Amino acid sequence: MAITMTDAAAARVKSFLDNRGKGIGLRVGIKTTGCSGLAYVLEFVDELVEGDETFEHDGVTVIVDAKSLVYIDGTELDFVKEGLNEGFKFVNPNQSGECGCGESFTV
Amino acid sequence: MALLQIAEPGQSAAPHQHKLAIGIDLGTTNSLVATVLSGEAKTLADQNNQVMLPSVVHYTQNGIEVGANAFKNAALDAENTLVSVKRFLGKSKADIESEYTQLPYKLSEQNGIFNIETCQGPINPIQASSEILKTLKKRAQDSFGGDDITGAVITVPAHFDDAQRQGTKDAAELAGLNVLRLLNEPTAAAVAYGLDSGQEGIIAVYDLGGGTFDISILRLSQGVFEVLATGGDASLGGDDFDALLVEYFKQKTAQNELDSPSLRLFMSKAKACKEALSEYKKVNVILEFADQSHTVEVTKELFNELAAPFVKKTLRACRRAVKDAGITNEEVLEVVMVGGSTRMPIVRDQVGLFFEKRPLTSIDPDQVVAIGAAIQANILVGNKPDSDMLLLDVLPLSLGLETMGGLVEKIIPRNTTIPVARAQEFTTFKDGQTGMVLSVLQGERELVDDCRALAKFSLKGIPPMAAGAAHILVTFKVDADGLLSVSAMEKSSGVQAEIQVKPSFGLSDDQVSQMLKDSMNFAKEDMQARMLKEQQVEALRVIEAINASLVEAKNLLTESELTTLEVEIDKLIQLRETATTPEQLKTAITELDNASSDFAARRMDDSIKKALTGQSVDQV
Repeated sequence: MAITMTDAAAARVKSFLDNRGKGIGLRVGIKTTGCSGLAYVLEFVDELVEGDETFEHDGVTVIVDAKSLVYIDGTELDFVKEGLNEGFKFVNPNQSGECGCGESFTV
Repeated sequence: MALLQIAEPGQSAAPHQHKLAIGIDLGTTNSLVATVLSGEAKTLADQNNQVMLPSVVHYTQNGIEVGANAFKNAALDAENTLVSVKRFLGKSKADIESEYTQLPYKLSEQNGIFNIETCQGPINPIQASSEILKTLKKRAQDSFGGDDITGAVITVPAHFDDAQRQGTKDAAELAGLNVLRLLNEPTAAAVAYGLDSGQEGIIAVYDLGGGTFDISILRLSQGVFEVLATGGDASLGGDDFDALLVEYFKQKTAQNELDSPSLRLFMSKAKACKEALSEYKKVNVILEFADQSHTVEVTKELFNELAAPFVKKTLRACRRAVKDAGITNEEVLEVVMVGGSTRMPIVRDQVGLFFEKRPLTSIDPDQVVAIGAAIQANILVGNKPDSDMLLLDVLPLSLGLETMGGLVEKIIPRNTTIPVARAQEFTTFKDGQTGMVLSVLQGERELVDDCRALAKFSLKGIPPMAAGAAHILVTFKVDADGLLSVSAMEKSSGVQAEIQVKPSFGLSDDQVSQMLKDSMNFAKEDMQARMLKEQQVEALRVIEAINASLVEAKNLLTESELTTLEVEIDKLIQLRETATTPEQLKTAITELDNASSDFAARRMDDSIKKALTGQSVDQV
């Protein structure tokens, strides 16, 4: 079971964490909401909670709670630029459909 | 597919519920937009990777251009190209005509609203500003993948008055932006450096832009930035430094008159040379024009020598501002540099020497204001729950009401933190008075004539009562953007009147600082004048009261008593006009009081007698 990220994503996470000045890593997860069932969560982490699993990538700690991991195992996190818009993108092999906006998905 | 940003712990938004906040620096020369993405405040660039949008709006038959394209047309189609329109916000046609004599625009005025005549018809400064804001809003939306913007913080100069702030807010609303708050530019710069969460104390913000210079002295205490003093020069900026080099080039190439293409070449070379000298000790400028070719060498020493008088001029303004703030240079904790022209090493060095402190320059001085605004906007939309920053601004000038005798009663004193609401009770001056005109004033002086009239409204339908019996509650409310609403209510009947102050003309920063200076210089005279006016009002009250009694009860006095009293009254009437000190009048009023005391006593007896006549002791 693992979550990975591209070099671009790792570099950005590292720089955002540095800029923030505190935090032990990046939480990646899902929550049940949105127009298509599930939505991704992307947050800074100041402390671990019970049931968290951690992965290291290029010196960046990725934190996932056990429940979310079932849905997003094998996901790769990427950082992309589309026109003026830039941000993180989930490449999730478990995903079977997403809403038009891509903010929520089903598995 | 939507791209995601990293949120603070527990702050992930549900899909389509992202709270997108932007900060906008609506500048005279250039405007910028910034936001906080994944916890990092950054300015947003356009398709060509340009962060700065020239604040230029070009009206054509086919549409409206904003920014660099419009800027290119400034010279070709000057009449329809509105440049630096921020200068015109909240001003009247007369203000502008007296301030700027060489504008290429056709100005007009309709129903008190000032317009510039363009090929698309009359355009007011608010509309033109809203075009700039629309362009920035579009840029932000594109950067957010098309999502709507929750709210915006827009910065304004610290010396902007109510009219200019209202103009900025109107422009933002016209552009479809939800204005979270207007923020003072120097405050935004201090926020960008995180000074709001730092040590409490005095902060100086030195802002040398393309065409304007501002110095602001702020005091941070308990999370509130208070503007202690502002100063500057509305016509000194980077362009003036370029002009020095253009002159030098002309001298070196032996040119007296330049045609406009050559002048433009000289100007752009001068700008490039100035910028290069921030990094290099010596720059060779190649000037090729009208089949001539010259190379002019400019050293850093030479440039510093040329620039020194201008830098000194800014420091003189700094010295005045420090003095106005009533502080000393040593009390300044931090100096924040704002504006592209503060990149010049000579400026940094001299400002550092003046305040005996190394100025803060790590954030791009062109972007620092927008970045501070974005940080503030991000907090205001609620993306940082545990934030302890509640940033407040203060009123630049006191707000008050005109009372009898042309006096100003201050309701909210200057430097009060906003938002604020203050209420005060007033009463009627005459018996049976049914209406009252409320005149709202701004300024520090004691007399109405020396303050600025903001608005006038009347409260009608007060039930007739004896003078002084009515209770009229007047409430002044200033919202977080520094905009004022005033309401008046007569308490027994509940009749109300209200006004939103959208003053039709503005004050220049010089006028604001002049008003502050005058209030200090004339403090003694003002107090004297106020006391005199108060005694004049008191004299009038006494005269009217005695006259009213005489009409009713003349018969209580003998002929000679009546004559004596009338002489005394005439004396006071005359003295009321001619008295130069409040003491003179006070004595005269006391004299008349004494002269009429017998009469008053007799009236009292008489009315008691009348009331008791024909009544038995039991009934009383």
